[in-house]
Amino acid sequence: MNWIKDVKTYTPPDFHVIRDPDRCIRCKACVDQCSFDSTFYDEEEDKIWNWDAKCVGCNRCAAFCPTEAITIENRTSPYRINESWGKWNVVGIKKRAAFGGAPVVSMGSDKPYIVYWDHMLLNASQVTNPSIDPLREPMELKTFLGKKVDCLEIENNKLKTVLSPQLELELPIMFAAMSYGALNYNVIEAIGKAACELGTYFNSGEGGLHKDHYKFKGNIIVQVASGRFGVYKEYLDVASAIEIKIGQGAKPGIGGHLPGEKVTASIAQTRMIPKGTDALSPAPHHDIYSIEDLRQLIFALKEATEYKKPVFVKIACVHNVSAIASGIAQAGADVIVLDGFKGGTGASPQVIRDNIGLPIELALASVDDRLRQEGLRGKISLVASGGIRNSMDVVKAIALGADAVYIGTATLIAIGCTMCQQCHTGKCAWGIATQDPFLSKRQNPNIAAQRLVNLVNVWALEIKETLGAMGINSIESLKGNRLALRGFDLNEKEMEILGILHAGE
Amino acid sequence: MKLVKINEDNCVYCHLCEVACKTEHSESKDIIKAVKKENVLSRCTAELNYPYSASIMCRHCDDAPCIFACQNGSMHKDERGYVVVNPNTCVGCWMCVMVCPYGVIKQGKNDMWGLSIKCDLCPDRSIPACVEACPNEALTFEEL
Repeated sequence: MNWIKDVKTYTPPDFHVIRDPDRCIRCKACVDQCSFDSTFYDEEEDKIWNWDAKCVGCNRCAAFCPTEAITIENRTSPYRINESWGKWNVVGIKKRAAFGGAPVVSMGSDKPYIVYWDHMLLNASQVTNPSIDPLREPMELKTFLGKKVDCLEIENNKLKTVLSPQLELELPIMFAAMSYGALNYNVIEAIGKAACELGTYFNSGEGGLHKDHYKFKGNIIVQVASGRFGVYKEYLDVASAIEIKIGQGAKPGIGGHLPGEKVTASIAQTRMIPKGTDALSPAPHHDIYSIEDLRQLIFALKEATEYKKPVFVKIACVHNVSAIASGIAQAGADVIVLDGFKGGTGASPQVIRDNIGLPIELALASVDDRLRQEGLRGKISLVASGGIRNSMDVVKAIALGADAVYIGTATLIAIGCTMCQQCHTGKCAWGIATQDPFLSKRQNPNIAAQRLVNLVNVWALEIKETLGAMGINSIESLKGNRLALRGFDLNEKEMEILGILHAGE
Repeated sequence: MKLVKINEDNCVYCHLCEVACKTEHSESKDIIKAVKKENVLSRCTAELNYPYSASIMCRHCDDAPCIFACQNGSMHKDERGYVVVNPNTCVGCWMCVMVCPYGVIKQGKNDMWGLSIKCDLCPDRSIPACVEACPNEALTFEEL
């Protein structure tokens, strides 16, 4: 064994790797797949060993073991059970005490907060109105994002009203902002390919866009975040829409930090920063301290792109989200993106990820209500993101008032991610959140793109079937139709905010 | 002629090609028995020179040096046009091993003496076992 345990920083391992010696053929598939040095081969003994303490539970070894010799189990805490402190608090204190730093984590929060999607049920048609079979009759999932007008004026058989720029989506699902830097080249390539094939959009994230990915023109949303990485004229020109990122659901109120070791030559060039330097996104935009400042940036970007592209503003869901959204709508944005607190991240301080923000369901409902009350809802589109896990979450989000959704974590799970929450280490064994050239190869853009296309197509089919069951033949008819939803296991206040009736009502 | 194309940009160095090869060329066709009891040699080898990796197997050269070097015609082209060894006549002189520019011929044994072991592109299968086992399309069976 090539590692000496450090008792001073010891905390009980989270996982137990069990290897069946009868089945193990020492092919070393597991050894070379483990990027966390948990598995190693002893040539002298001709035996493969595991250090449980280093295992992160990514299941790469188990997936690759050709004889299924490996089982990974969650270890229960060996400490005396204490319901009021729980394992995480005890281990958290020990880690902070041992390392003297605030733990950084990734992915969305794994704490057992209520998931409101799972407390909402959808409606279906029976007797009094017919349901529709989507395999026999046309079903429309096409969605347009952007400012809408109250009425259209037509003169001499021609449209007189000047329409705002619209983003045309074949289906109401887009790929969320995940930057080049957080993800590697191959993954962005796969997401771009999938977006092109699906007729939807992918978001470049805040890290600029690699020159090679300009080929996806027509399916790109570019992000302008507080770090302004890689933002220049060509970057804005290649995009179909521009998103100003104010906040991120997983870490509202704080910026980003891409460690220098991840800033390879290609990322440095894309982000327009020196190679190997930390890429720091400040917590606020230093030119936005008010809604008026935001308006200036929105119009600066519109001016730069000749008013041809819709401008999104993405905010994290926080306590006064509806008032903030109203301000954004009045500041001239075309689309508001709401990011719930279950949204993912490549790195965030643990306390922030697990304690700050609002669930997307409540935020979406209250923002939609507020915008309707103020007569602004028609002037702006809403995109929900942060914790959209399946096609029914999409349907429920649209019924609550969203125009479309962003999927981020689901995108990564489709191409291999097992949510082991090690994105911040840069050692992703599935080759997703890493810049290591040896690990990045694990994502074959062709295979990954096909998997994404499959996933989204299946979701689209499921959405169509659900719409058909409800007797609706267009996603537009479901938008903001909260009568399609019924809550259960919720208290009155929750249902009041969600604006839905209780099941049975 | 179809050959195994090596796409090194996709190779994840997982050795599953080797495992599939051993199983395919075993008597039992059982993964565990092939490795533990029969000690089958893999015809392909996953090579690593970080961060590059690739599985290397016989390239079935047009002007195969191993055929030229073989003293008794054991190394020959079969009816498919692939370079294969006749196990009944190979005497294990290892001249083919010496001349192979890719180093993909291994020194095996039959009951009495040495026997050159090399990729035969799985005559019993439509797609070679290694190609089928590759999880990342780093090996593809294509017309080259």
